Amino acid sequence: MDMFFASAIEFGVIFLFGCVGEILTEKSGHLNLGIPGIMCVGAAGGCFGAKLCLAAENPSGVLTVFVAILFAMLFACALGGIYGVLTVSLRCNQNVTGLACTIFGVGFTSFFLNNVVLKGDASAKLSRAGLRYFNAGIPGADKLGWFGTVFLDHGILVYLAVVIAILAALLLRYTKTGLNLRAVGEDPAAADAVGIKVNAYKYAFVLIGAAVAGLGGLSYIMGYMNGIVDATVDQTIQGIGWLSIALVIFTMWKPGLAIPGSILFGALYILSTKIAGISFVQARLLELIPYAVTIVVLIVTSIAGRRETQPPASLGLPYFREDR
Amino acid sequence: MDGSVTLELKNISKYFGSVVANKGVDLTLRKGEILALLGENGSGKTTLMNMISGIYYPDEGQIFVNGREVSIASPQDAFRYKIGMVHQHFKLIDLFTAAQNIVLGIKGRYNIKRINEEVKDIADRYGFAIDPKKKIYDMSVSEKQTVEIIKVLYRGADILILDEPTAVLTPQETEKLFSVMRAMKADGKSIIIITHKLREVMEISDRVAVLRKGEYIGCVNTANTDEASLTEMMVGKKVELNIERPVTQFDKPLLEIRHLCVKGDEGNRATDDLSFFIRGGEILGVAGVAGCGQRELCEAIAGLRKIESGGIYHEGESIVGLSPKEISHRGISMSFIPEDRLGMGLAPSLSITDNMMLKNYQDHTYGIKPLAVEEGDRSFKAKMRRAVNKTGAWLNRHCVFVNRKVARADAERVIKELDIVTPSAETPVRKLSGGNVQKVLLGREILTEPNVLITAYPVRGLDINSSYLIYDILNRQKKSGTGILFIGEDLDVMLALCDKIMVLCHGRLMGVVHAEKTTKEELGLMMAGALDLSEEKGKPMGIAKDSQIGEERTWDA
Repeated sequence: MDMFFASAIEFGVIFLFGCVGEILTEKSGHLNLGIPGIMCVGAAGGCFGAKLCLAAENPSGVLTVFVAILFAMLFACALGGIYGVLTVSLRCNQNVTGLACTIFGVGFTSFFLNNVVLKGDASAKLSRAGLRYFNAGIPGADKLGWFGTVFLDHGILVYLAVVIAILAALLLRYTKTGLNLRAVGEDPAAADAVGIKVNAYKYAFVLIGAAVAGLGGLSYIMGYMNGIVDATVDQTIQGIGWLSIALVIFTMWKPGLAIPGSILFGALYILSTKIAGISFVQARLLELIPYAVTIVVLIVTSIAGRRETQPPASLGLPYFREDR
Repeated sequence: MDGSVTLELKNISKYFGSVVANKGVDLTLRKGEILALLGENGSGKTTLMNMISGIYYPDEGQIFVNGREVSIASPQDAFRYKIGMVHQHFKLIDLFTAAQNIVLGIKGRYNIKRINEEVKDIADRYGFAIDPKKKIYDMSVSEKQTVEIIKVLYRGADILILDEPTAVLTPQETEKLFSVMRAMKADGKSIIIITHKLREVMEISDRVAVLRKGEYIGCVNTANTDEASLTEMMVGKKVELNIERPVTQFDKPLLEIRHLCVKGDEGNRATDDLSFFIRGGEILGVAGVAGCGQRELCEAIAGLRKIESGGIYHEGESIVGLSPKEISHRGISMSFIPEDRLGMGLAPSLSITDNMMLKNYQDHTYGIKPLAVEEGDRSFKAKMRRAVNKTGAWLNRHCVFVNRKVARADAERVIKELDIVTPSAETPVRKLSGGNVQKVLLGREILTEPNVLITAYPVRGLDINSSYLIYDILNRQKKSGTGILFIGEDLDVMLALCDKIMVLCHGRLMGVVHAEKTTKEELGLMMAGALDLSEEKGKPMGIAKDSQIGEERTWDA
């Protein structure tokens, strides 16, 4: 049972990265449906970075983790940047652009992992690094019984996800940057009128959101899968990406709520693999629960109609100053 | 008031393409005074103020602040020179509290507690009543306006520009705003207030500057003038227009409006206890400054807007609560030309033919002809044929297939009759020029042979020739016995074209006058709310003697 909760947390943080990234993007008024693709690309970039470090004679664990994180963010930012240029400056339709980014990202990842990263003995090295560097728990965690197993025996990425979520929550609630960002997402014309640089905010948070989401892909491969890259990794991450976007609705655009929410989603997602002796159909039905729950939340919040639980008012709408 | 000049405009001009918005305007504002800026719709008041507040940049002329020449390229520049403008449409984030909106965009630490206190301080100093922690979406219109004014004051503005601040306020709220304005004046702030209401000009301002058709007419001390001379400055001399007004036999009332109250988008009362009627064969003009309920009135009649209370009767029958489609089937047709000219009624990317079909598709269905079946034939073939006929009848009834040929013939008829300049009937509407687009819209409405035609700003933005064509179209309809409600901007045109003119001031009926017997000055005074004829001779206006309403049903939503 302890192990189940530990895995739920470990899996949940993948959602958490994706969800917080998408929240930050959406708060600037951009619905980024490219998140699944960006998460994939993040995974590819992270593996590539790790591979570069592991090629050394005596690879350093800290450096490997650091470079992997950096590369994951860089790769994700590159795709996020494409999305940003298209939707912010060129004011393309956000849904279409986002979907194109996802299709591109998933395809690119599959190609890049198979043809560039997994050459030679990289596969074995990555899985060793995944186990030893990315999943190094806090020392002494195993002496603390169930508490240690559930909360302390995780790799760095798990804690990073929680820290980022908390920082995002604080940013949105207590800082001027957060206030300005929310203003941009609610009503860019009003924000522009008081001198907020609307496009700068949009770009900044599309990129930051993409970088955060990119870490989600990395944490799936190196964290949850312990560095094992299987053949369907791109499809799995894509599925997780879609659920992350659903999670944004589930958490009503609140990064703080995303922490318990993502762990719940993580638990529901792995539930079917942890229960012995259920049929194929039953397993699929279990996997369906997160989507069903999201729909219920969507219905409940729109019936309740509180403005605070609604998406940013100009989400998905391009902003052009002369359009007044 | 120490009389020193804080703001001076010299020879300011602004053109939008070939349209002159402002031409050679001079204006001075002294420290600690309230200057009223008066003018009709489209006289360039807001454009002029937008140049001071950095929304537009003047094409010619100079602006001096405290004697120094300045260039104001953005609202931020304006704030640097301590100029702040409160726009007619509020720019507030609904989801934020008053205090959050007020500090938005200002650099510095974000300490919401301290900001709340500062806001409270400013409010107390000038006598505003406001809760800094209240969210905007919970606020009334006047509270939102208060937030906008404090927002400007918080940024340290010494020159405040208020664009029609009283348009959305109740008389009590207006009174409160005026006392606040007096407090700000006593504190040394200079205020420019744009307004149409003469009574308010006389009450609050020290001096009045008048604009007409973009040009500066003059500036007078409020104490040395009266409402009549201001009106003359504002509307100018009557221009003789050569518009025909055919004499027709007025018919029975076709459309009767009783005590109509409709809410506007901001939650204010857009029309207030409005009663009037239109007879067949007359053109009833609606005069009023922009935003005094014309749009809401049109939408209410066409069934696009819920009414609060009152009644709308067509040939004696209530049409309240009917769908727009049912209303148009009864012969009421509306064409509203909004400012952007394409916003209502036409789909810009569709062709003229398709736009004809949008409204009249029921008349454009394929008549699927029934197959011949003999009575009493019980053969399999006859059964099949009957089934086919049944299906065909169903398809016809539900307009499943449309007949583009008929629609195209309609489109071509409209093009020919109204002289629309277009390559073909299949040209997308957005490729036509403004005048032709308006003719398409009007032509489609006339095609259905309505008996009540509501048309708002049909000549908006048109050149003289196209305008006269539109007047001709309207007169033709009038002669055929249609009742026309003509909502217009230009008083000269309305005086020449309409039989009667109804004047609205902030949703209230100020009176219905005969176009031949009235003067431009009288209309101007009524539009500004200075003259109320609605209770003349002790009987309320706007209720027909030979009303067709059998049994009056009041509607309370």
